[in-house]
Amino acid sequence: MTNIGKSVIRKEAEDKVTGRAKYTADYSSVGMLFGKTVISKHGHARINNIDVSEAEKVPGVRAIVAGERFPLTGEEIRDRPPIAVDKIRYHGEVTAIVVADSPSIAKKAATLIHVDYVPLPVVNSPREAVKKSAPLVHENVALYEKDEGVNPIPESNIANHTKIRKGNIKKGWDQSEVTVENNFSFPPSDHIAMETRSAIAEIKPNGDIHIKTSSQAPFMVKELLSAYFNIEVGKIIVDTPLVGGGYGGKASVQLEILAYLASKAVGGRVVKMMNEREEDLISSPCHMGLDATVKIGCTKEGILKAAELTYLVDSGAYSDKAIHLSRACAVDCTGPYRIDHIWCDSYAVYTNHPYPAPYRGFSHAEVHFVFERAMDILARKLRMDPLELRRKNAILPGDTSPTQVVLNRSTVGDVPQCIEKVKELSRWNEGQIIEVDKRYVRAKGIACVWKNSTIPPESSSGVVITFNEDGTLNLISGVVEIGTGTKTVLAQMVAEYFRMDTNDVYVRMNVDTQATPEHWKTVASRGTLMAGRAALAAAEDAINQIKDIASRVLKVRPDDLEVGNRRIFLREEPNRGLDFKEVVYGYTYPEGNAIGGQIIGRGNYILRNVTHLDPETGKGNPGPEWAVGAQVVEVEFDRRDYTYRILKAISVLDIGKVLNYKGALGQVTGAMCMGLGFGGRESFIFDQQGRVLNPQLRTYRPVQFGEQPEYIVEFVETPHIDAPFGARGAGEQGLLGMPAALGNSLSVAAGVELFHLPLIPESIWAEKEGRE
Amino acid sequence: MIPFDFEYYRPESISEAVQLFIELDQAGKNPVYFSGGTEIITLGRINVLYTNAVIDIKGIPECQVMDYHEGNLYLGSCCTLVDIEEKNLFPLLTATSKEVADHTARTKITLGGNICANLFYREAVLPFLLADSQVIIAGPNGYRTEYINQVFNQTLQLERGEFLVQLITEPDKIEAPSINIKRRRQWTTGYPLVTVAGLKLGEEIRVAISGLCPYPFRSQKMEYYINSQDFSQRDRIEKALGDVDGNVLNDTEGSDKYRLFILRNTMLDIVSTLEGERA
Amino acid sequence: MLKLTGTTNITLNINGEKRPVTVRPSETLLGILRGKLGLTGAKPGCLNGDCGACTVMIDGKPMKSCLMLGVEAPGKKIQTVEGLNGTPIQRSFIEHFAFQCGYCTPGFIMNCQSLIDTNPNAPDEIIEEWLKSNICRCTGYEEIEKAIKSVLRDK
Ligand SMILES: Cc1cc2nc3c(=O)[nH]c(=O)nc-3n(C[C@H](O)[C@H](O)[C@H](O)COP(=O)(O)OP(=O)(O)OC[C@H]3O[C@@H](n4cnc5c(N)ncnc54)[C@H](O)[C@@H]3O)c2cc1C
Ligand code: FES
Ligand code: FES
Repeated sequence: MTNIGKSVIRKEAEDKVTGRAKYTADYSSVGMLFGKTVISKHGHARINNIDVSEAEKVPGVRAIVAGERFPLTGEEIRDRPPIAVDKIRYHGEVTAIVVADSPSIAKKAATLIHVDYVPLPVVNSPREAVKKSAPLVHENVALYEKDEGVNPIPESNIANHTKIRKGNIKKGWDQSEVTVENNFSFPPSDHIAMETRSAIAEIKPNGDIHIKTSSQAPFMVKELLSAYFNIEVGKIIVDTPLVGGGYGGKASVQLEILAYLASKAVGGRVVKMMNEREEDLISSPCHMGLDATVKIGCTKEGILKAAELTYLVDSGAYSDKAIHLSRACAVDCTGPYRIDHIWCDSYAVYTNHPYPAPYRGFSHAEVHFVFERAMDILARKLRMDPLELRRKNAILPGDTSPTQVVLNRSTVGDVPQCIEKVKELSRWNEGQIIEVDKRYVRAKGIACVWKNSTIPPESSSGVVITFNEDGTLNLISGVVEIGTGTKTVLAQMVAEYFRMDTNDVYVRMNVDTQATPEHWKTVASRGTLMAGRAALAAAEDAINQIKDIASRVLKVRPDDLEVGNRRIFLREEPNRGLDFKEVVYGYTYPEGNAIGGQIIGRGNYILRNVTHLDPETGKGNPGPEWAVGAQVVEVEFDRRDYTYRILKAISVLDIGKVLNYKGALGQVTGAMCMGLGFGGRESFIFDQQGRVLNPQLRTYRPVQFGEQPEYIVEFVETPHIDAPFGARGAGEQGLLGMPAALGNSLSVAAGVELFHLPLIPESIWAEKEGRE
Repeated sequence: MIPFDFEYYRPESISEAVQLFIELDQAGKNPVYFSGGTEIITLGRINVLYTNAVIDIKGIPECQVMDYHEGNLYLGSCCTLVDIEEKNLFPLLTATSKEVADHTARTKITLGGNICANLFYREAVLPFLLADSQVIIAGPNGYRTEYINQVFNQTLQLERGEFLVQLITEPDKIEAPSINIKRRRQWTTGYPLVTVAGLKLGEEIRVAISGLCPYPFRSQKMEYYINSQDFSQRDRIEKALGDVDGNVLNDTEGSDKYRLFILRNTMLDIVSTLEGERA
Repeated sequence: MLKLTGTTNITLNINGEKRPVTVRPSETLLGILRGKLGLTGAKPGCLNGDCGACTVMIDGKPMKSCLMLGVEAPGKKIQTVEGLNGTPIQRSFIEHFAFQCGYCTPGFIMNCQSLIDTNPNAPDEIIEEWLKSNICRCTGYEEIEKAIKSVLRDK
């Protein structure tokens, strides 16, 4: 192999270091108008009146959209008015849009819109939400239009309930000699892509709708706009340039809807909308919070027997992706262990909080935090080394997942090997806790991870390959370049297939839903599998066409031909052949007549064997494979002040095959950093009224330079046989175990069990001595 | 993006600035002095601050001074924090300054702007409170020179139209052993949970605190306890903490109880470091 | 004394070019660069001085262009990422994979360039102090640290 595994530099690198790389908000045009939202200042309130009279008077204001009843939106339950009417259900909810000649006029007018609110009682956590006495966030959840298989509980705050019933839970408890039961929780937080969301919309006189958006899911924008507003789907054309980070947050469709409505309000003129950071944090979808009760049991020898889990996903005010997120909590409701008896109830629960989008790892880092913390508590009760407990129970080929899929080496990788390696790399044997001096200790915590992606069975991806006159090729895929470098990896794969230089594969960066074949969504680490398979299929298709022409010219059988270095030649006689440039636009015989024609390779891929889950037991195949790993975090903890530094973060991940070494490393360390931020500092802080008190980066702080640990990353390569070159996803796993491993290390260091995120010194102090 | 318009003036002398202020004020323009402008720009963007006219005082030579004069250090209010750190004429101020915001922001944030900020941390004032510095204030009634401890009460007490021109510090305070400790909610960036600056003059330890209450302060009473030699270090600090008034912050950075817990340990570090200097 | 009471014409010295532009006094330098001069390399990430994505160089020092008014800038030398081409720090960012989505990159590069120019022998603490001014959400900072150190240590 020549291209695979190499640290090929991403195709758009030069643009990115020179400021030439363009993101949605970098595009502007003469005559463009600007939209600005007005967002609610309350957590839950009735809207008495919206007074736009002063705002209307501002010169340069072209339209104000407020108080109008638009079709309800939402992915699985249509419960969300795009612009609030009658009431607002979370702090940050959009109550109006102003469209004006310039961003500052729009903003000025927005500040002059007066909304008269009557505050209502607030549901401030999922735990409160499920109480009988809780106020209802939606009066009539059962009456909303919804997808099949979604189960809201009427007259409650429960938007959906997913059940996992594996084995016989009673038997599981009978076999369990040691059990632990704990409650864990953390509040919602945010993705903090450095590029805030932005969208530009225009409606042409013929009704075509053009949307340019910073989205991870341009094809979903098209589909959903069409469904919500009953527009012919072909009339919606979505264009996505480079995206400045997504992490799942830009897979939800929200600002695009507002931009569309804004453009509509001004007769279809071009309207640009861009979130300021405050809006991006609280108004657009966030990262879910969770409240969980975990009960696990094992034999005296530490063999896991039963797990009983209740997950209350903080779905915020609207269910949008939360239903899917809560389903994912159920699908991989435990860590990567063999457990024969599992009972899990996962609920999507309405609260008066901002509502969630997917977040890197799609519910797995969240579930892993609670489950892997419980594993450590169990280990302590057993007086067993927590790594040993995990090793003993590690899931293996032949075992079944919580949704009762029988696993094999290809689908589940090699958990024991990951544990073994992380043990070495972390020097686990030197002890989980080491006293530095009277004040400081160093402590390690471990977590095992796995992740499948619960993606819809019909998800597909397509790729087109065209050629240039010199025999180089162009690769066109619907994967959005959000920073993961997937398009460069696709070029590597195709180059490998054609045995040519990656530099000779040109990649189209922008996605245009009219010109680019669909790729379901750039999420769930599925770019390499799905788009990769599609790319290889397209390559094969192109090669077959080239062979066909060449075989006729050379008068040989097509299967005697091979490609390499932009040539097609006889396997036996490599000197006899044709340059691509002689074939890819048709071959012209010396006499002048030509055969063949422009070669266009096309390929697609659709996941196979993925099924819906049984509503009563959860049985079903949720996705193509589980990516697994084991991670350790080492901290230095100050026993006097309860502060700590993260010294090392170690990941051993089975990624099937390393396609681009430095690229993969960057994905993993970046994800680890994000996970440590989520575990260690990031969360929304709510007041009693459900208002977010820290909607700025000054007070909501991601990890900053110098706060990161030393990263140690190793890869295990157990091929996933369905995937190109055997590769598994690599963009998410790095994050999954970080909050858990951090929690486990700090619980050991502080000598107190920690149940809540974020793990700030104050909360450790509060567990330890702040109680009285 | 500031959602309103204002007029921009850049006077070149103190008298021009003051005159302008009076005129603009009379014209109902609610003028503000603009130094680094970071707060005016950021609070203006979110409509917390509103003005029709800003008077940029960076063009006034006196406000840019950074020098010794007749033995004392004069620092102009428009010196940026980074310039102050780079020249490092006042080590405690350098130490305090380096913990404010971040390096790039400090190429814009100024000394006077930080001391007069609406945001209540105003960390850069701490060294001056400890050093009994003097401030030169200009205003409609001319100049006045005051001891900062007389005129800084939670905020710098300015009459309408007055602004801070310079801070004057004596060399013995500048050379005295000192320390600044900033403690945050988590890790090494962000607002203070508490910031404590300490200075040791002869045998006397002085402390000033930001982040504990919604204003920075130096408390004579706390210092009295800290310096009362009859008790153990811990007891002295305990007594000093007993004198913290009831205004301890309880906010997104941390609870009041936790702040006091952290303050206790920080004071221990400050006092033992400074008392270690005795040897 | 400079008095600007309404929309006015100013001239900015950007990347060695004189650029006349009409501005309102309350417009930030970031807004002017992006909205009026087509220099979209400096990115808005927070407009609050918190993220560093908008960093440019003013008279050689790093500056968050969202914290500066355009009217403060005449007479100063403004450098934006568009003015850098083929510099060691840009090459180093590429070689070390010091970015993913690239949104934070122009800001980081301008901050690094200023550090390289003004403090070529910066020790680790100074590198950390400076680079703490920028947020990158994609990387774990390791590659950025390598990229700047390799340029500084190569000198
Ligand atoms: C990213 C970031 C992080 C921050 N973190 C911290 C922190 O950790 N700790 C902290 O203390 N602060 C912090 N700040 C806030 C910072 O304190 C203020 O933004 C800054 O101090 C204001 O200084 P300036 O020179 O820009 O003032 P300006 O914005 O010019 O002025 C601020 C106020 O002071 C008035 N003023 C200015 N100069 C004078 C004068 N000479 N006389 C009288 N009044 C005057 C102005 O009218 C205005 O009301 C942070 C700011 C940023 C951007
Ligand atoms: S946009 Fe200027 S610092 Fe974030
Ligand atoms: S590369 Fe995406 S934020 Fe830094």
